Formats: sequence, structure tokens, C-alpha cells
Amino acid sequence: MNKLELQKHANEIRKGIIQGVHAAKAGHPGGSLSSAEILTYLYFVEMKNIDPANPDNPDRDGFILSKGHAAPVLYAALAERGFFPKEELLTLRKIGSRLQGHPDMNELPGVDMSTGSLGQGLSTAVGMALAAKMDNKNYRVYSLLGDGEIQEGQIWEACMFAGHRKLDNLVVILDNNGLQIDGNIKDVCSPYPLDEKFLAFNFNVIRVDAHDFDALAAAFKEAEETKGMPTAIIAKSIKGKGVSYMENNAGWHGKAPNDEEFEIAMKDLAEIEASLCQ
Amino acid sequence: MSVKVNLNSDKKVATRESYGNALVEVGREHENLVVLDADLAGATKTEIFKKAFPERHIDCGIAEGNMMGIAAGLASCGKVPFASSFAMFATGRAFEQVRNSIAHTKLNVKVAATHAGISVGEDGATHQCCEDLSLMRTIPNMVVINPCDDVEAKAAVQAAYEYDGPVYLRFGRLAIPVINDPETYKFEIGKGVVMREGKDLTIFATGLEVYESLVAAEKLAEDGIDAEVINIHTLKPIDEELVAASLAKTGCAVTVEEHSIIGGLYSAVCEVAAKKQPTKILAIGVEDVFGHSGPAKDLLKEFGLDSEGIYNKIKEFLK
Repeated sequence: MNKLELQKHANEIRKGIIQGVHAAKAGHPGGSLSSAEILTYLYFVEMKNIDPANPDNPDRDGFILSKGHAAPVLYAALAERGFFPKEELLTLRKIGSRLQGHPDMNELPGVDMSTGSLGQGLSTAVGMALAAKMDNKNYRVYSLLGDGEIQEGQIWEACMFAGHRKLDNLVVILDNNGLQIDGNIKDVCSPYPLDEKFLAFNFNVIRVDAHDFDALAAAFKEAEETKGMPTAIIAKSIKGKGVSYMENNAGWHGKAPNDEEFEIAMKDLAEIEASLCQ
Repeated sequence: MSVKVNLNSDKKVATRESYGNALVEVGREHENLVVLDADLAGATKTEIFKKAFPERHIDCGIAEGNMMGIAAGLASCGKVPFASSFAMFATGRAFEQVRNSIAHTKLNVKVAATHAGISVGEDGATHQCCEDLSLMRTIPNMVVINPCDDVEAKAAVQAAYEYDGPVYLRFGRLAIPVINDPETYKFEIGKGVVMREGKDLTIFATGLEVYESLVAAEKLAEDGIDAEVINIHTLKPIDEELVAASLAKTGCAVTVEEHSIIGGLYSAVCEVAAKKQPTKILAIGVEDVFGHSGPAKDLLKEFGLDSEGIYNKIKEFLK
């Protein structure tokens, strides 16, 4: 798949995020928009044996959204990849919906692990990677973390274990958008320096621009080629990316756009689409 | 009909030992059984399994929350993990991981905790978990089992393996008498066991208090009080039918547990009674206090949880 196609998919995913959150009148657009390219690359290029017709294939690569509040990006990516009709994105957070406020593996095919309570998803990803090693299977496991989420101690328990066990089939992607609900991560409780922390836990560390598909491609390739240690991809991103008034604004961490804001957001994304089609 | 019970056996086994041995037996038959521990393999007795199947024993280090998450991930890939630590850390420290990563997901993880209750002994209050049954009972999808001796503990491990879904298993540190008959004993999740039939009052007991209650019942018999003793090994789902039927028969009841009287067996039995058979029920257990250091036997006596303490409290209750 070429870069332009990926960019179009990412933009469609962003539309799905905005539509879902707007319809729900609640949800987390900021950290969903920041990771649209990452999920696009994972679901359209990187992950193997991803098949909407066979979502439980035991040999599939796994994706665990440890920052579970970014459920809108996971749902929009799954819909874009054909797991369910895009119209269902409008049921987000509503009673009876399979699209729970945080991802539920027992509700929605394609969700590999229920997440939402920060810090817990990575441990489950480590368990899956360990299972692959124990069974001599080739599937790989990817987990997306928030940069605020890594304030949770359990993340480092999981990293210590993954490094100790040399789980080179595990890729941690850190959505480094620099903001959490209460403000800038540097002001709230700084997790910096990031590279050194993962290096100290025996990870291979790669830095990328989270919105650059060429950089993501190179990083995931390097991760696959790295043996004997897990990889952490520190992806510098823009929270709210693609929607003018949401970019780099912590206020849009967990707030839905009103009707007027929704129109502006969809117009912003339509302009991006138009620029991609030129 | 009551089951065959031997109160005069010389054989004493800690249920943590039964757990370690049962893991080997069940694990030999089933390759997908894996065991996780958090640097307590010697104490939880998972080291017995580790010796037999080192490649299937995963020591996570002192990180119980992460261990529960790893167990969930392994279960999602078809393994049947038994995740072990002391009750304090498995259900207290890692409560939310058990709730969100294991129970909400309905993953096939068995949380098997040892060193429950005050019979931990010398380690004292920080390690004497008297809240685990309460904590685990409140979590949806969780089955809660507290076996009373070696025979039952081994059977419970087998049953937990065969059950598809999250299970909490409670084991103890103290060696306790083996009272069940290994030849005839049958374990069924959710079924209470009549250990002694009686008509004057019902003693509902769980864990090591089953033996103590049976001994107390013998003393009561000498006073002409005919006590029924029911072993509630599964606190959730509790055997509502049996509890209600016995309450209807005796019209008077006591619960005995080495656990807080808040949220454990007393609460579970009272919930059934309030719904189906309102009865005055005496709670014998740890009365909303922390434990402290001392030999296990002495602590059980001090807290009134040995047969003599149970006998005295029941006599007072019946006055």
C-alpha cells in the first residue's frame, strides 16, 4: 500500500473518531487523533493475519490499546479495515452498543484485549508475547501506550519482565503527544527522559515522527529485525492532530465537540482529504 | 446425607502444599496449564510444580499487578494460568488487575492465593489477609473457593482447571487435619457439603474452620445440642438451596470463618437467609480488627476461632 493510500485511510479514521465522539457527546478525541497514523500503519501494513472474517485466528498479530481511552481510534481503524460498518461508529458509548467507552474484547470482534484502566494493557500484551515464545509461534504483539499512562508503575513492571525475558516479538509504541488531562506531562509529573527509561529496561529504542508513514515503516522494520530484546517506538505526536482547534490542546483530551465544533472539524478533515487528492 | 468424615486422622497437611501437589497432577495431564508466581514459589508451594515442569513456571518477580496482567494475556492465547501469591497481594495489591484484566474479560485465569487469614501466624497483620473472600466475592464473573483440607484442596484445583473462567482459590499456610475421605469425596463447584447432620442449629463453616466446627459440634453433642455442620467451600456461587433448607430445618445458625465477618461467609449466608429463610445468625470470625504476630495455633485460640472458642460462643448464643 502506498503512502497516499495510507494517508487517506488515516484521514478517514480521523473522521470516524470525530463522528463517533460527536454522536456520543463524550469520549477522548485528542489522544485518538494523535495515533491515527500509527493504527493505520499497524492495521493496513504491519500486522499479519488480520482478517475481519476470522478475527480470532490464533496466529494473528495482536494489538493491545493500553491507552484504552483512545477507543475511538481503535474503533475507527477496525471499521476502516472492514471489521464492521462505519455507521456503527455513531453508536459509540450508547446503551447496547458494542463500542463501549473503553474497548471490550467480549463485545467487539477485532478487539484483542479489553483495556481502559491505564497501565494494565501492556502486561496483557507481555503475556501474549510470552505465550508465543512458549508455543514457538511467530505472531507478534503490539501495544500502544500513552505518555501520561507511563506514570503508572505497572508499565515498568511489565517492561522489566519483557526486557528480562528478551521478548523481541513485543513492540511498545509510545504516543508521545506531551499532554494528559491535567495538562502538560512535564508539568503534571514528568516521565522524561523517555529513551533512557526504556533503554534501562533492556529495550531497543527508536524515535519517530508519529505522523510520518516512512518513519513508521522504518521503525517497525527495525523492530522486527531486532533480536533478543523488545522494542519501544517513541512516537512524537500532536495531540488532536488534524483538527485545527484541537491540536496541542489538553482541553480536548476527553471532551466531545458540539455541533458547531463538529462542522469545523469535519471541514478541516475535508480540506486534508482534498489536499491528498490533488 | 452427610459425607464420610474422619476427625481422628493424624495426617496434617497445609492446603498450600495440596495446591503445589495438585498443580503437578493436573499439569501432567494438561500441557496448557501454566503457573505464575511473584517471588514466593517456596512459600506458595508452586516450586513443586516448578521442579516438575520448569518451562511452564513463570516467576514474575515481586510485581503482582503485572503478574495478573501476564496471566490474562496468556489465557487469551489458550493457556490456563494459575497465578499465585499470598492472599494479601493477590487480592489486595492486585485487586484492580484481577477485576479489570481477568474478571471483566472473563479470561480463564485461576487466582490461587496462599497464606490467607490469621493462621499466617508470625508474619503478623501486614500479611494476614482477612479481606480476600470479601474482595473476590464482589467481583462479577468470579468463582470463590475456600477448601477445608488436603483432599478438598486438590479436588478444587482440578475443578478450577476444568471450569472455564476466573476462579479464586484460597489456601492456608498452617498444616491442618485431613478430614475428608479421599476414596469417596466428590467436589462440585457451588455445592455445599453436609459434614454432620443435626437438627438444633446449623454451623456453616469454611476453610480450616470446618474441622474446628466439627470438633465443636461433638462437644455440643455432649451437652445434648445436635448441630448440623455444613462446609461452604464455594462462597460464590453459594449453595442457596442447601443453606435455605438447613436454616428451615434448624431455625438457628452460626457462621465460622478465618476471615473478616464483613463480606465473607457470614455475609454470603446472611444474604441467602434474608432472601429465602430469615433466621438469626451468629457471626464467628475476625471481628473488624487486624491480626498480629504469634504462632498460628495461639492466634486461632486468641481470636476464638479454635473449636473451644466456637463451642463457647455457640453456648453463649443459645442461652
